[in-house]
Amino acid sequence: MKLRTALLGACSVLVLSGAAFAETITIATVNNGDMIRMQRLAEDFTAKHPDIQLQWVTLEENVLRERVTTDIAAGGGQYDVMTIGNYEVPIWAKQGWLLELDGLGDDYDVDDLLPAIRGGLTVDGKLYAAPFYGESAMIMYRTDLFEAAGLEMPASPTWEFIGEAARKIKADNPDVNGICLRGKAGWGENMAFITALANSYGGRWFDENWQPQFDQPEWKEAFQFYIDLMNDAGPAGASSNGFNENLTLFQQGKCGMWMDATVAASFVSNPEDSQVADKVDFAIFPSKEGVDNHGHWLWSWNLAVPASSGKAEAAQTFISWATDKAYTEMVAEKEGWANVPPGTRTSLYENAAYKEAAPFAEPTLEAMNAADITKPSVKPVPYTGGQFVAIPEFQGLGTTVGQLFAAALAGQSSVDDALAQAQNIATREMTRAGYIK
Amino acid sequence: MGVVQHGLSCGENLIMARRVSTRHKVIATFAAWLVAFVIFFPILYMVITSLKTEPEAIAGINLIPSFTLESYVAVQQQNDYFKPFMNSVVIALGSTLVALIIAIPAAWSMAFSPTKRTKDILMWMLSTKMMPAVGVLVPLFIIFRDTGLLDTRIGLTMILTLINLPIVVWMLYTYFREIPGEILEAARMDGASLSGEIIYVLTPMAVPGIASTMLLNIILAWNEAFWTLRLAAANAAPLTAFIASFSSPQGLFWAKLSAASTLAIAPILIMGWFSQRQLVRGLTFGAVK
Amino acid sequence: MATRQTRTLARFMMAPAVVLLLIWMIVPLSMTIWYSFQNYNLLNPMTRGFAGWSNYVYFYTDPAFYQAIGNTLMLVGGVLFITVVGGILLALLLDQPIFGQGIVRILVISPFFVMPPVAALVWKNMIMHPGYGVFADISRFFGLQPVDWFAQYPLFSIIIIVAWQWLPFATLILLTALQSLDEEQKEAAEMDGANFLNRFWYLTLPHLARAITVVILIQTIFLLAVYAEILVTTNGGPGYASTNLAFLIYRTALLSYDVGGASAGGVIAVILANIVAIFLMRAVGRNLDR
Repeated sequence: MKLRTALLGACSVLVLSGAAFAETITIATVNNGDMIRMQRLAEDFTAKHPDIQLQWVTLEENVLRERVTTDIAAGGGQYDVMTIGNYEVPIWAKQGWLLELDGLGDDYDVDDLLPAIRGGLTVDGKLYAAPFYGESAMIMYRTDLFEAAGLEMPASPTWEFIGEAARKIKADNPDVNGICLRGKAGWGENMAFITALANSYGGRWFDENWQPQFDQPEWKEAFQFYIDLMNDAGPAGASSNGFNENLTLFQQGKCGMWMDATVAASFVSNPEDSQVADKVDFAIFPSKEGVDNHGHWLWSWNLAVPASSGKAEAAQTFISWATDKAYTEMVAEKEGWANVPPGTRTSLYENAAYKEAAPFAEPTLEAMNAADITKPSVKPVPYTGGQFVAIPEFQGLGTTVGQLFAAALAGQSSVDDALAQAQNIATREMTRAGYIK
Repeated sequence: MGVVQHGLSCGENLIMARRVSTRHKVIATFAAWLVAFVIFFPILYMVITSLKTEPEAIAGINLIPSFTLESYVAVQQQNDYFKPFMNSVVIALGSTLVALIIAIPAAWSMAFSPTKRTKDILMWMLSTKMMPAVGVLVPLFIIFRDTGLLDTRIGLTMILTLINLPIVVWMLYTYFREIPGEILEAARMDGASLSGEIIYVLTPMAVPGIASTMLLNIILAWNEAFWTLRLAAANAAPLTAFIASFSSPQGLFWAKLSAASTLAIAPILIMGWFSQRQLVRGLTFGAVK
Repeated sequence: MATRQTRTLARFMMAPAVVLLLIWMIVPLSMTIWYSFQNYNLLNPMTRGFAGWSNYVYFYTDPAFYQAIGNTLMLVGGVLFITVVGGILLALLLDQPIFGQGIVRILVISPFFVMPPVAALVWKNMIMHPGYGVFADISRFFGLQPVDWFAQYPLFSIIIIVAWQWLPFATLILLTALQSLDEEQKEAAEMDGANFLNRFWYLTLPHLARAITVVILIQTIFLLAVYAEILVTTNGGPGYASTNLAFLIYRTALLSYDVGGASAGGVIAVILANIVAIFLMRAVGRNLDR
């Protein structure tokens, strides 16, 4: 009897102390819709894992990136789970800053991850981050305007067609911009689009010896096309428009076409936010006549555990919860299939209910499968990355070049000047970083 | 002392003012209100926008919102306001108090036992504020990491104390200097001890200056947006981080952004309104003589 | 009258502030100088090593460098001009007898309480936005093409935003100074038949000299470090049109994570700031001693 009571007592002490010493993990994430939904649904996680408490740091993308990068590079150890892009993952993994994700559990079907996405998160055969959602880029266009203008979107549109269509729509409808494209400076803003554009024109950022290629005809042609198109058929003030601004313009029915991340598809076809929800269709990212390249845009937001975290196990438990199939099903059950985070798992695109609820599922998958970040250009390149270059220097360099290009879009410098300045700054930065000997 | 009285005497000015024609007053009133409205408009419009629905917020200029609180509810649901608010309060008040404790003796001695170097020291103190913060971020981050001060209220309080200390010393110095030395001498003649001198003579005269220094420093600390954003992650993050979680998400959510902004500045704005007389009194930096 | 004892006491009382600020100055400054001679990129920890003057050369040869210095001076000068002139006018206006003086004053000082990121966000999104901003609506009302402020007049737009934040500060100091002007002096001048402009030029303005000095001095310290408004609105662009020195360092430090380059920039900025400070003290500092 006595022993039993003692044991019971000991057990209750254990339980109590277990609760009292519940681990708190700090999760840094972006304030995008899907992540905010995850934060809202996290009660489900804490209900299943009462011994783990969550502390959220939700921040705007740029502030978040700045903070997690400083923290991980200086070993601050303030976060246990970080939300990072497929740009950071390979760079950080090589520095040994990320822990391998080997504790996601037996139910976590790694082979179900889309190969393109998984490849971008794997270094030396080890998975360093789990994708939360993924995206490529595609054309979103207004079927009503196309019909009225007597246009038909080809299965594989060329830039020449896009240019004509945009100008025609603009001419027919004075209140509508023929095309909306990113113009706001930033490596993840206008440079994402312009890099994909240049890829599809056969251009590349660097040749095999890391020499910048802005002085090559492909860049000149692609960039000139972009500037002319935006001047003729783009919205006023385009050099301040990023993803958000274009999304709003499109939802308000002010764009004939918009080329951007595939995640936008669910926003523009959601009747609650979009006035044109029933008049949108999708097509693959254009290419130049004769060049077999659709930009190779591929992005994913991923959850990773920094090596400086002391709570790797709990962190992986959380990551597993947030990125496995059960999470997708929970979102579908609570908020509808159209709201599940897209672009990470093959099974999602085989799910009939999802395909039914998401008319953009097919083109999204097609775009994602077409993206190969190991071969962004038809010419050989020394780097990986589609709409970015996966080297640490790209954030700074890409943003500076983005500024120069935005100035050309704002009419404050010419196409040739912008390209020459870009060439100059890229050579300078690459020399400093030691790529160019 | 002239400062103080004149600062407060707008009411008396009114009465004393000679033959102010009503017409003059009406024109001046109209002009002043117009200018005040224009200056205040961005804040007003922000508050109005926070009471709109999201589609209304980007539907063009409209000064009458639908008075919905949905944005505030959404903001609170996404990110608890109370914690960053408390962090802001603790950090702003804490750094102000510590700065005052350090600065009052320094300013006192500078004002009452000035040397040839006093001016130079003051200028040197101010010049420490010219160091570009971002240039020392990484070194400081590393120091904070190694001392365990990262993401702590104590760490942020220390930093804010240091960056505002020069301004505090200078404000107090200029204020103390206005206190006539004769009064102190008279007190000394009467046999007051040094501590008595400080407690019974100096303090009552210095309180208004200290009060306005305190207020200004609370404002500066509350609004500091570099270190508070970068040396704190979750536990000590104040309202500046709260704002950063609502700026530029996917889509234009200006009503929510406005609601978050209103929440972030409301406490300090209201404090400022209620204490503006005290604030103004000492805000002269010795500009008035 | 200061005895030896009180002088010792005075030193003792000053010590904490002086020592703390010394540490606060020396530790970061020496670390900055140390790092400015190091190859140190946070994202590339392998390449650490002595760099000689290369960081300085790198920062100094940045294509944006001279423009950034020019922009810094323009920003400081522009904001000072607007706040001092605007502050004087506003102070003169608020010094008049008006109805509801208290409320007017509250409204006018309010921008001072708004944290810089919020001010920038509000101006960027709700006031100056070319599509949905108030200015755009006003232009359209008059049948004009809305101005894309941050693309066409980036630096000017930032000057407006920063001036809006600092105008209340200038106004308050100038107003307090104005109110200390002797009523009798004013009246006497009026009796002498001096008109408003004369009175302003020969009586009011000299009286305000000291207050103007203070406004310039304090604001310059803060204005040299402006970066949050730039980060939120233009990110330094288009091109380098709105990149100031503080933002250039910011870009080097937190976009390229180039600690060495940013430290060199920091040292350069400190030197330039001190040149400005010395110039400032020579030019206006005398007013303070009077």
